[in-house]
Amino acid sequence: MKYAQFLLACITVALLGSATAFAAAPVPHIPEPEGAEKCVEPEDVMRRQHFEFIKHQRDETMRRGIRTSKYSFKECINCHVVKDEAGRAVSIEDDRHFCNACHSYAAVTVDCFQCHKSTPAEPKMGSLEQPERSLAGLIERLETVSGARR
Amino acid sequence: MSDPKKETMDQGRRRFLGAGAAAAATIAPGVTLMQVASAKPDDQPVSDKNRWGLLIDTTKCASGCDACVQACNEEFNLQPQHGPRTDPHWIRKVEVRDTATGRTFSLPMMCQHCENPPCADVCPTGASFRRDDGIVLVDRHICIGCRYCMMACPYKARSFVHEEIPEEDKNVNAPRGKGCVEACTLCVHRVDKGRQPACVEACNGDGHKAMIFGDLKDPGSEISRELKKYPSTQIRADLRLNPGVFYKGI
Amino acid sequence: MKKVRYTSIDGRGGFYALLGVLGLFILAGLGAAYYMEHNGHWVTGMDNQTVWGLPHVFAVFLIVAASGALNVASIGTVFGKAPYKPLARLSAVLAVALLVGGLVVLLLDLGRPDRLIVAMTYYNFKSIFAWNIILYTGFMGFVAIYLWTMMDRTVRKYYKLAGFTAFIWRLILTTGTGSIFGFLVGRQGYDAAIMAPMFVVMSFSFGLAIFLLVLMAAYDWTGRPLGEALLMRLKNLLGVFVAGALYFVIVFHLTNLYATEHHDWEKFILMGESVHTKVFWLGQVLLGSLVPLGILYSKAGRSRAWIAVASALVILGGFATMWVTIIGGQSFPLVLFPGMEVVSSGYFDDVAYHTYSPSFPELVLGLGGVAVALIAVVVAVKVLNLLPSSLADADVDPHHKG
Repeated sequence: MKYAQFLLACITVALLGSATAFAAAPVPHIPEPEGAEKCVEPEDVMRRQHFEFIKHQRDETMRRGIRTSKYSFKECINCHVVKDEAGRAVSIEDDRHFCNACHSYAAVTVDCFQCHKSTPAEPKMGSLEQPERSLAGLIERLETVSGARR
Repeated sequence: MSDPKKETMDQGRRRFLGAGAAAAATIAPGVTLMQVASAKPDDQPVSDKNRWGLLIDTTKCASGCDACVQACNEEFNLQPQHGPRTDPHWIRKVEVRDTATGRTFSLPMMCQHCENPPCADVCPTGASFRRDDGIVLVDRHICIGCRYCMMACPYKARSFVHEEIPEEDKNVNAPRGKGCVEACTLCVHRVDKGRQPACVEACNGDGHKAMIFGDLKDPGSEISRELKKYPSTQIRADLRLNPGVFYKGI
Repeated sequence: MKKVRYTSIDGRGGFYALLGVLGLFILAGLGAAYYMEHNGHWVTGMDNQTVWGLPHVFAVFLIVAASGALNVASIGTVFGKAPYKPLARLSAVLAVALLVGGLVVLLLDLGRPDRLIVAMTYYNFKSIFAWNIILYTGFMGFVAIYLWTMMDRTVRKYYKLAGFTAFIWRLILTTGTGSIFGFLVGRQGYDAAIMAPMFVVMSFSFGLAIFLLVLMAAYDWTGRPLGEALLMRLKNLLGVFVAGALYFVIVFHLTNLYATEHHDWEKFILMGESVHTKVFWLGQVLLGSLVPLGILYSKAGRSRAWIAVASALVILGGFATMWVTIIGGQSFPLVLFPGMEVVSSGYFDDVAYHTYSPSFPELVLGLGGVAVALIAVVVAVKVLNLLPSSLADADVDPHHKG
């Protein structure tokens, strides 16, 4: 009998605890993207399928050299950059990082950043490749502006 | 997934923009029109119509010069960590002496991008593979770090990432991470954009001009013309792996 | 011959003490693996020249010995030798246990052990490693079925079939293990077809040596009778296997000595100044082959203690063999320019040989794998009826004249 009472007490405490936890659980704050107003797919599609897009593109790029920007991981990082007070892009180690905002909320580990850089590439100043790089950048910029990159 | 009609329109616009940019390139200093014009469209897969290769002239390669090594380390941000035995080496300089004649020469060694790469043969998951255009790569998404490819490579071209890469050292050209094997990618990120590998660019920039990059399957390319005109060989040609890297003056 | 009765061991104090000791080794091994994986492989003795180190010496030894440990069962089933039949259950369990121990070490030494699922789902069928993944899992499955046919009367009719399948499978498995080295075209120390049969014969020898030690320990510690004639059979067989393995080693080196191309490599292993030369002559040849042969075929071979010493030496020789094969093979620099010498290099091409000194965690990981294999056997003989209550000669051999 005593045991049953103890059990009952435990269950009650657990239920109460989880209920308050739910009530107090913060809704993830998803940072707005910087580069464009809209993502490459509607939000609800991205929410469910973003990894399928990224993984598909990963194999396409890795194995077949297809380097379109639509589902490119690099472009995700470029567009969804979050800056700190000093105006610097925050890395995956920061809670405010775009990927972290949901992934830490949902407790799903992100493996990508063991290898991938979690912030946009910083342009190298005064390097030999600058003219070409800026030309490629110019094309990309033109496309983004003209909407061809949608 | 995406609207096919829209895709075609995008491609058309893209091509138009590309053409405009290429034309503009004639007025941009330091840019050769050829490179931009020969770039593969981003949405097209690589094909076996090309085979990318290198021709290295050991008579022009200066002993003691390591501009190619420096350029590679910079391009991929390969930082020294816990000593040369475990640090990454994608390209290295080697000085060789012919024991019979006493003649010496210098050359850069890197992944030889074999047509029949032993690394890809032995890889259990298929992470090591040869792209249709001949570039041998490691797909680090599925590399388990067994290092069998390093046992199999006759050129010691591969490195194992022995330690964590700090966030600030990560690079976007070739993401690298602890526990995977890596090697020269022939600067695939540049090649796909119609540019030359960093080592070749550095060698030319230095004035040595010991390295030529190009398409071995295009009879009109500089590399093919040179190979046709002058004798050359591949390292360990006896293994019949048909590397894509050729050497003159060995 | 009486009907053989199999019983599980009682397992009192000594049993739990043994479990505790082995458990400590396993914990230490896991700790070592975590330490190496967490920091990265730079904390080990391995580097970009010696990419497979001491963990691989342990792992390959255990895997080779695993298939050999099954031989005792195979001799009973496939070759119909009655005295071996009562030993078959222990033989099968020991085989699987050793394989698991070896695989644990191999897995924990991967750069990305967390990607085990990738190794199981992506296959490159040209890779000997990929074949081996199938061979290892198949081996465990077939031996498990084999054991089942031994222990369950209702499936007794499949006993022969299961025994044959497991025997053929184990031959293919060791061929696969030897071919890991045999098929490496670029390295002087490997690239030889003889590697596969050599590994098969070595597996006979290492596996039987471990089996003998485990058998003698089990029967001594549990106070069960173990017949003299049975032991003599086993130790004579061990002698044949040790001699057979030595024969393959001699042929391997003779072939290389004949070809000028391989002279540098042979000089390095047979007469070099590196540690591998000592390990080869002292470990592999003298202590691992000649001394055990001397013991087994002399008067000393009649004593149980000396048989145990000989078995232990064969195991030691097995580790020495794996060391020379795996570490020695990588130690010899790649021949990039035949007929020329590398004067200087930015990456150790100009050295006489590469050095490797194993770190402590690598040793601990390897020993952890051995402990995994042993603990599996210890638990198995406790929970299953694997060991005959008596292996006295009159009980097991129909032709025994007491």
